[in-house]
Amino acid sequence: MLQQISGSIAVAEAVALCRPEVVPCYPITPQTHIVEHISTLVKSGQLKNCTYENVESEFASMSLCIGASAAGSRTYTATASQGLLFMMEAVYNASGLSLPIVMTLGNRAIGAPINIWNDHSDAMSVRDAGWIQLFVESNQQALDVHIQAFKLAEALSLPVMVNMDGFILTHAITRVDMPTQEQVDQFLPPFVPRQKLDTEAPLSIGAMVGPDAFTEVRYLAHHKQKEALSIIEQQAEEFQGIFGRDSGGLIKSYYAEDAEIVFVAMGSVIGTMQELVEELREEGHSVGILSIRSFRPFPANAIDKALANTRHAIIFEKSFAVGMGGVLASEIHMATVANDLKISSVIGGLGGRTITKKSLRKIIESAMQDELDTEVFLDLEGTTVVRELRRQQEEQNSGPVAENILRDMGVVSASKTH
Amino acid sequence: MSNQDSNTDIPCEQQTVKFYQTGTFTVGNRLLDEGCRTVQATAERANSLDSGHRACQGCGQALGARYALDAAMRATDNKIIAANATGCLEVFTTPYPETAWSIPWVHSLFGNVAAVASGIAASLKAKGDTTTRVIAQGGDGGTTDIGFGCLSGMFDRNDDVLYICYDNGGYMNTGVQRSSATPPAARTATTMPVGDNPGSSFTTGKFLPAIAMAHEIPYVATASVHDLHDLERKVEKAMTFRGARYIQINVPCPLGWGSQPALTIKLSRMGVECGLVPLFEAENGKLTDSTKIRYRIPVEDYLKLQRRFAHVLKPQNTHQLDAIRQIAEDNIKRYNLV
Ligand SMILES: Cc1ncc(C[n+]2csc(CCOP(=O)(O)OP(=O)(O)O)c2C)c(N)n1
Ligand code: SF4
Ligand SMILES: [Mg+2]
Repeated sequence: MLQQISGSIAVAEAVALCRPEVVPCYPITPQTHIVEHISTLVKSGQLKNCTYENVESEFASMSLCIGASAAGSRTYTATASQGLLFMMEAVYNASGLSLPIVMTLGNRAIGAPINIWNDHSDAMSVRDAGWIQLFVESNQQALDVHIQAFKLAEALSLPVMVNMDGFILTHAITRVDMPTQEQVDQFLPPFVPRQKLDTEAPLSIGAMVGPDAFTEVRYLAHHKQKEALSIIEQQAEEFQGIFGRDSGGLIKSYYAEDAEIVFVAMGSVIGTMQELVEELREEGHSVGILSIRSFRPFPANAIDKALANTRHAIIFEKSFAVGMGGVLASEIHMATVANDLKISSVIGGLGGRTITKKSLRKIIESAMQDELDTEVFLDLEGTTVVRELRRQQEEQNSGPVAENILRDMGVVSASKTH
Repeated sequence: MSNQDSNTDIPCEQQTVKFYQTGTFTVGNRLLDEGCRTVQATAERANSLDSGHRACQGCGQALGARYALDAAMRATDNKIIAANATGCLEVFTTPYPETAWSIPWVHSLFGNVAAVASGIAASLKAKGDTTTRVIAQGGDGGTTDIGFGCLSGMFDRNDDVLYICYDNGGYMNTGVQRSSATPPAARTATTMPVGDNPGSSFTTGKFLPAIAMAHEIPYVATASVHDLHDLERKVEKAMTFRGARYIQINVPCPLGWGSQPALTIKLSRMGVECGLVPLFEAENGKLTDSTKIRYRIPVEDYLKLQRRFAHVLKPQNTHQLDAIRQIAEDNIKRYNLV
């Protein structure tokens, strides 16, 4: 059924159609509307056989998920940014224990400086945590991929994180096609775990594993993620069969196979890129886009194949490893190392800065002229940076950066100027 | 949620016993009618925590866990799922690929056991399973320090979980460091007996049973491993309530306390008899009963059997001894121990 609703409500409704049994929650912008809505669905009796818990922290919410999932319940929660960091130890634990928990990450920057707006720093902070990490481009995909996420998690016995851009998607009111309960039930069977905490069949979960078996356990976790590559593709196909929509999968190419210059990116920025690429192609330029929909497992082979005919790949990322650079860029580099592919890393949209079509056009035009650097910070405000760098050269380099900039502008506190 | 079933009276409390084991005031099981014996004394005990684990000789926690879980199993017709915090109990019972647990058991992290147990309870609730019950267990560090937030949250929501804290007064699994439950003056690896104030500080610490009472949860009790009848009775009683319950068990630790393994039971008893370990029960935040001290002993008799307090008995540290005596006095008044 077509509905005009926000991304958060769409996801909440989709999650409810998946019949979760336990949903612990803790508020943090920009995901809060999702868990608020689920709370109402449970409290009003619309979502039955579901225990909803208002807990005291994200660490507790993921820990409740761990207990509930180990006891055999389909389990869901959502968080973002600081919340994800606060639950970090439990995030690793959930994947280490192979628990099929589904979590939405309403992608948001990480402080300090505190910032509630969108980028991908939170998702990247758990890139080695052993979770499946999927990214969505639109609210329709967000809704669809959540339904696939439960099936995927339970098929693999692994937790799945659905990444949707904070505000840009969570708060955007768009038209979505909401599936029926019958469709979802047809796609997603009830959760039947092989092992769970059960008084009829006692088992110990979470023992201390020493050097004699740890490597094997870790290798098998890696292997399972690699297996997920084909399962993700299969499920996207199966989903398309029932729901008639192309959502999910590992990657999505927009003209990438026959384009000289290709943008590679994840999430909602693909929408802006699509508009630009259509324009540029009409102008006769050989450009395309490769959307990475599954970041973990990393579909290295599929990416390598998709970029086989590309001359220059521009990897656009909403986060970076400080002191190293673009994470996705270096992973794409690894994936395509056999190709004669030029790679540029463009970092943009940090802390919610708008990514304009105009700025992206400038990037691609300088690539066409072969003038694009290997590392670019999109729309970096040069004056401020240069002033701060100059000051750092002259005097001792101490104190928080954001506050140093203010001091140089003459603002110290509400009552004092400097 | 805090309603109590009616079958709480334990009939054996009525039996008149004529003999005591010399000097201990403990009633041996063989002196009791069969129906009045402890769960441990019966062949039907569940052996929830079985033999073959790797605890130190004389570990009070191994005893406490076994007693508590078997009592809970009897009270629930063997319908117990247990969650465990990281700590000695977790480490010595589950060296992969072995396990000493015969009940469904899960270990997740050090600081989240109360929340994991809440999750299990939430799952049971969603499935409409009202017979299976959940126990969370952790050491004093996992309970009073790192797991405090999750525990308080579990109390606040009144989740149907019995939380058992095995209090050995320190972070034993990592080599005996101070926790907020370490007794004042006690030597630990991070509070060595050096300087003007040797051993652990005389700050307020955290006496979690009182904090649990402040949450007004249905049931709070303290127990100690020397009194098996009392311990089992409290666990069984706890299982008659629904909602959040808390039991703290005093478990001597020969390694951390610097005591003889053979003295574990004796030290457990002496801690109670000197007033430093008050045994009581509380319902909905109100004290309902406390165990009277039969023969009060001087605190120094208790302290001198433990190397962690050796410095307290030196002439230059009488101020510490006096302060510890005062703590015993205060406990006796606060919890009506005489
Ligand atoms: C987050 C985290 N911090 C620290 C540790 C290290 N650690 C493991 S067990 C333990 C001590 C446990 O003390 P307690 O809870 O009192 O249990 P005990 O071993 O004394 O029975 C510590 C500090 C850990 N596993 N996880
Ligand atoms: S260190 Fe203490 S608590 Fe740990 S196993 Fe040994 S005696 Fe038991
Ligand atoms: Mg301890």
